[in-house]
Amino acid sequence: MAVCVAVIAKENYPLYIRSTPTENELKFHYMVHTSLDVVDEKISAMGKALVDQRELYLGLLYPTEDYKVYGYVTNSKVKFVMVVDSSNTALRDNEIRSMFRKLHNSYTDVMCNPFYNPGDRIQSRFVCLGRAFDNMVTSMMIPVC
Amino acid sequence: MADAVLFEFLHTEMVAELWAHDPDPGPGVSAEPRGEEPGAATGQNMNLSVLESVGFRVGQALGERLPREMLAFREELDVLKFLCKDLWLAIFQKQMDSLRTNHQGTYVLQDNSFPLLLPMAAGLQYLEEAPKFLAFTCGLLRGALCTLGIESVVTASVAALPGCKFQVVIQNS
Repeated sequence: MAVCVAVIAKENYPLYIRSTPTENELKFHYMVHTSLDVVDEKISAMGKALVDQRELYLGLLYPTEDYKVYGYVTNSKVKFVMVVDSSNTALRDNEIRSMFRKLHNSYTDVMCNPFYNPGDRIQSRFVCLGRAFDNMVTSMMIPVC
Repeated sequence: MADAVLFEFLHTEMVAELWAHDPDPGPGVSAEPRGEEPGAATGQNMNLSVLESVGFRVGQALGERLPREMLAFREELDVLKFLCKDLWLAIFQKQMDSLRTNHQGTYVLQDNSFPLLLPMAAGLQYLEEAPKFLAFTCGLLRGALCTLGIESVVTASVAALPGCKFQVVIQNS
């Protein structure tokens, strides 16, 4: 279960960022911001490698003492960053991958929504616009007790 | 397949609807006898750009949805090949017939039997009417390229129906 989920546009500004409310949100915003450097590094490193198939899933970006940060990039250079609690050791790589895949599918649905202008923030203020996306992210966030 | 023809009908109606001449040319055109023509001309250009921007938004969404799971685009040419093969196949159920480039940012995509021009008589009879049926597709290409990170200008030209050529010029800042 994720503690913070962020969608970053290709110009590196956030389209959507949400963290569990009990924690200090600014800390997560900062973590996501610093992880963007690591994402850029990984993308350019992949570009130079001669491997024919490169993956969208970037894997563990960097671990801190409390959290682990995972990254994923799409073909349109939109980045997804997920922060996960380190104490949750039961979370395996496959589960993270499937969470990113669901994120990607939801993001694609938002993109195909005719009322969404590409480049805008993903808000659920208008009924149905970001509501499905929001609900999907909620299902992924950790229920903090 | 019945699916392809549904889009063709919709496209035909879109062109017919957006092409209808606006009876009021708008402010700035005085009531001189020759005032009719400039007003009509700007009306037509405006409608073409409306069609093109409709295609642009569709292309943006398609550019997000169509590429496969892998990060397949290592350079510009890969993106253009994706347009010619996967995008064209998804929309028109056929691939582009030829792709040429001058390796300096200009690509010419040629389709010898463009599905949206096929219903019209082959040859030169409707040559003047053809461009408005290509505006949407130009926007489509531009939108898909934009999502995949390439700024471009797309124009189309018809020598003889139903063949047409799309010229993509990459804008490097």
